[in-house]
Amino acid sequence: MVATALTEARIWELLDEVLDPEVPVLSILDLGIVRGVQVAGELVTVHITPTYSGCPAMNTIATDIRLRLLAEGITQVTIHNQLSPAWTTDWMTPAGREKLEAYGIAPPVDGTATGHMLNLFGQDTAVRCPNCKSDNTRLVSQFGSTACKASYQCNDCHEPFDYFKCH
Amino acid sequence: MLLTMQAAPSESAALATYSAEVRQLLFQYVLQLADTSLILGHRLSEWCGHGPILEQDLAMANIALDLLGETRSLYQYATELEGKGRTEDDLAYLRSAVEYRNPLLVEQPNGDFAHTIVRQFLFDNFHYPFLKQLKSSPDERLAGIAEKAVKEAAYHLKWSSEWIIRLGDGTPESRQRVEKAIASLWRYAAELTTPTATEKALQEAGIIPDYAALQPTMAAHVARVLEEATLPTPPASSFGLAGGKEGRHSEHLGYILTELQYVQRAYPGLTW
Repeated sequence: MVATALTEARIWELLDEVLDPEVPVLSILDLGIVRGVQVAGELVTVHITPTYSGCPAMNTIATDIRLRLLAEGITQVTIHNQLSPAWTTDWMTPAGREKLEAYGIAPPVDGTATGHMLNLFGQDTAVRCPNCKSDNTRLVSQFGSTACKASYQCNDCHEPFDYFKCH
Repeated sequence: MLLTMQAAPSESAALATYSAEVRQLLFQYVLQLADTSLILGHRLSEWCGHGPILEQDLAMANIALDLLGETRSLYQYATELEGKGRTEDDLAYLRSAVEYRNPLLVEQPNGDFAHTIVRQFLFDNFHYPFLKQLKSSPDERLAGIAEKAVKEAAYHLKWSSEWIIRLGDGTPESRQRVEKAIASLWRYAAELTTPTATEKALQEAGIIPDYAALQPTMAAHVARVLEEATLPTPPASSFGLAGGKEGRHSEHLGYILTELQYVQRAYPGLTW
């Protein structure tokens, strides 16, 4: 049983402790995939949106949200998968971007989303190497270790790294 | 597949406003879109571990995953449109080849890398401008699925376009292979934009985009890519092969389904 009345603010606090299973330094709030929370008595509704259509982490994230809330005695949880408006890297928080870079993944560069995609053989502008911070990097492949990342390499320190691609 | 998520109630509200007839048409159509991305995604996944280099192996697996994600959203919507209690797994695993509605192009075998690239390019060149238009559909569910998928489709089209150029303007070997693939696959492209009776009815109802309006964009991109690839434009009069969208498939689909559906057919009702 829940000791005190549930508030939306409390749910948001708890959700900030749920981590992205693929990038475990980011909370799902850092990632910007929680689109809304509603509390009605003991019933909690959480709206989440996928980063990519086929993101295999979504089911795990939904389960992790339930488990985190369950640990607080919150059992009546509904999780809605919301596709529209579509997630964009613009929703990733500044704190999230810093954590991402510290973890070794280059954060998305703003304003380079899909409008430029048909610029064939072009690449996103100046992605900074998370290792040596050089802007002298090159795109290896638009597709990387997960659906949300591209593969880059630094021309200065030669470190290969993941780039959380703009979307 | 473990279904722990549901569509938001606001997204289901539109269902109530459709007549039974439109709902049936839309069910058939959503099934067609889902089958298309499922079968192409499956074909691409066959490359996993066999790609020419690691990065391109990953690229094909990534694109397959995007397409499977789109597939799941579409099948989930289809089950709601049908309203008979079938699940997304039932639709994917328990229908026979004649019930599948994908165009013939996407079920064609992978062949060599050039063959896969040409198949992908022909599909992406339709898929991307199509989704861009579908985003404005008055059907909120389709619009939402398109809004999500179009960003991914842009990456796919960029990838396949660049590979057409690399192969065409590459070595004599790569050029010969991409030319052979074009000669073999171009005739399947017209089916993508030739509406079936179902599609015509939904286009007239204003629910899905008019394919004729996509043609100029598609033709311009093909011309641009082939020119950069130094490849000749195939004659427009090449006769087209069609029928998949109405359930008349090539023999290849049966083999795909045999593998795709094996576990569910061998162990009916099995869940993870």
